[in-house]
Amino acid sequence: MAQGILVFIEQRNGRIRKASLEALSEAIRKAKLVGGDVSAAILGDGVQALTAEIVKYNPAKIYCTESAELKEYATESYADVLSEIIKKADPRFVFAANTALSRDLIPRVATRFDAPCISDAVDISVNDNSLEVTKPIYSAKASGKFAFNNPISFVTLRPNVFAAEPASNGSQPVIENVAAPPLNVRAKVTETHAATGTKIELSEASIVVSGGRGIKGPENWGVLQNLCDVLGAALGASRAVVDAGWIDHQHQVGQTGKTVSPQLYIACGISGAMQHLAGMSSSKVIVAINKDADAPIFKLATYSVVGDVLEIVPKIAEEVKRINEN
Amino acid sequence: MKIAVCVKAVPDTETKVAIGADKKDIDRTGVRYIASPYDEFAIEEAIRLKEKLGGETVGFSLGGNEAVDVLRDALARGLDSAVHLKDDLFNNLDPLSTAKALAAAIADGGFDLILCGQQGVGGDNNQVPAILAELLKLPQATVVVKLEIDGPKFKAEREIEGAHEMVEGTLPAVISAQKGLNEPRYPSIKGVMAARRKEITTKDAAALGVKDAIESSKAKVRIVEFSLPPSRPQGKKIEGDAASQAKELVQLLRNEARVI
Ligand SMILES: Cc1cc2nc3c(=O)[nH]c(=O)nc-3n(C[C@H](O)[C@H](O)[C@H](O)COP(=O)(O)OP(=O)(O)OC[C@H]3O[C@@H](n4cnc5c(N)ncnc54)[C@H](O)[C@@H]3O)c2cc1C
Ligand SMILES: Nc1ncnc2c1ncn2[C@@H]1O[C@H](COP(=O)(O)O)[C@@H](O)[C@H]1O
Repeated sequence: MAQGILVFIEQRNGRIRKASLEALSEAIRKAKLVGGDVSAAILGDGVQALTAEIVKYNPAKIYCTESAELKEYATESYADVLSEIIKKADPRFVFAANTALSRDLIPRVATRFDAPCISDAVDISVNDNSLEVTKPIYSAKASGKFAFNNPISFVTLRPNVFAAEPASNGSQPVIENVAAPPLNVRAKVTETHAATGTKIELSEASIVVSGGRGIKGPENWGVLQNLCDVLGAALGASRAVVDAGWIDHQHQVGQTGKTVSPQLYIACGISGAMQHLAGMSSSKVIVAINKDADAPIFKLATYSVVGDVLEIVPKIAEEVKRINEN
Repeated sequence: MKIAVCVKAVPDTETKVAIGADKKDIDRTGVRYIASPYDEFAIEEAIRLKEKLGGETVGFSLGGNEAVDVLRDALARGLDSAVHLKDDLFNNLDPLSTAKALAAAIADGGFDLILCGQQGVGGDNNQVPAILAELLKLPQATVVVKLEIDGPKFKAEREIEGAHEMVEGTLPAVISAQKGLNEPRYPSIKGVMAARRKEITTKDAAALGVKDAIESSKAKVRIVEFSLPPSRPQGKKIEGDAASQAKELVQLLRNEARVI
């Protein structure tokens, strides 16, 4: 009978996604309670070298498919290879980070196994020897808890929510190389363009500084970017400023933008419309800076600063810089 | 060019969400329904492609009576006809089961392109388009912000983390729409009048031949309960002039919250 948890480890350009290691750590924590071993699956070109990074998290086994044909992600080739690995591992659960790649891939793979999939999990608990998965629904205005009743089930985990903890129990994972089956790809990536101005990826950043209409104009992004730089934060935005053409949609946080769950979210001149809250309400600490003391964002804020963003933000940046230098 | 568009009727995004008595759904009393915002981009893209290349556009929506209004609105914008997938068995369906019903409705229609939204707001699953592509054995491109059709080929620009990716593939294919793909139009008065004469066909699970398949997949996942998120603890107000506010905030972030 199927048992244990297989974790799909995503890599791009030779770098493993941090969110995948979070999923791997969570699998190891939960496998103790549902039984079976944890294995990891990694595929791509030049991924053999990346197994050392996975070893630090101590899964029992690492399945590795190395192929030049897997250099660029393609839904069909990745689905073919991952399905092959799943057949070998025969797990009860498959975990993956809820990233752009997984959202494209995992439902398709789950379907090959006629299996259910719960996406964007923010909590996983064990009840009666099986998993119960909680995910935000209705743009985080509610949560849904789901349970599985199938030999194999899939879960994608929201980045930045589950802790990544390297672990060691003295044993060394077994590495099994799995040959890629013949691949037939009807839709392939022909080019990739890095978005301009995106220094740190929003959905994985541990600090996000976001700007809204209160920053007055696109000429003031520098003020926020400067704070991002001293904090190592990613730059976010409200829809109002994206629609106004002040910044690319890649930066939008909210219902029709990205969902972020950082340790610290600093909302600068953002009113706090529910569609914006949908994308950031699970942040651990929320700072709101707004000149209107009645702005709805303050209802959610851990720390409320009433004042002019353009005046306060540079002072915060200076203060952080001063402390960092000491 | 024959195009299928999948449209989900969802509670208006302004809806104040309350949990239903059985805790297995939200309280639906007084909820106003709209097409999921991303589906509007899919509808618009279908209409534009037909305007350019000719052909036929058909909307598909699985759901209760709210789906009829949403389909009627899509017809008013310019879709040619619509299919309403309706059955008691379809209440509160998971993505796999939803896609099974949609795939059955779409499979033999001779479609060159199947357009979806990238996410049905509410369920927030981001799953149906990829499942649909797998069930129909078609290539896919999800979260698409630009689409070009060139004979039997498509070229799509997808949004991924920190980058845009160009995907080229063959039709038929499943494409899911992201904000940015186009600027959806509003229905014209003429469109609304014309929509009254357009046909909405209703199909149930038996007609679609998916009764057993859906009973089986529906049983694979169970709603334990829906709940409201815990309210956040009362925050702290930081007073004073800008300089002292900045100082105090940084101090709190370092020493109390320990996040910087
Ligand atoms: C279907 C749908 C989807 C949506 N999706 C999203 C989404 O994904 N993300 C999103 O953000 N929005 C979304 N919205 C839009 C949302 O409803 C709001 O319109 C938007 O979030 C407002 O952006 P804002 O806070 O920047 O602007 P405003 O609401 O105009 O707020 C500006 C704030 O800045 C403050 N301010 C002004 N000057 C200063 C100053 N000098 N110093 C300090 N504060 C100042 C003001 O007091 C005000 O609170 C969506 C709406 C709909 C209908
Ligand atoms: N009940 C439904 N009826 C028609 N289309 C749907 C339905 N559910 C999902 N879809 C389509 O699949 C997309 C993604 O939905 P989801 O996977 O639920 O986030 C939506 O934007 C629709 O295009």
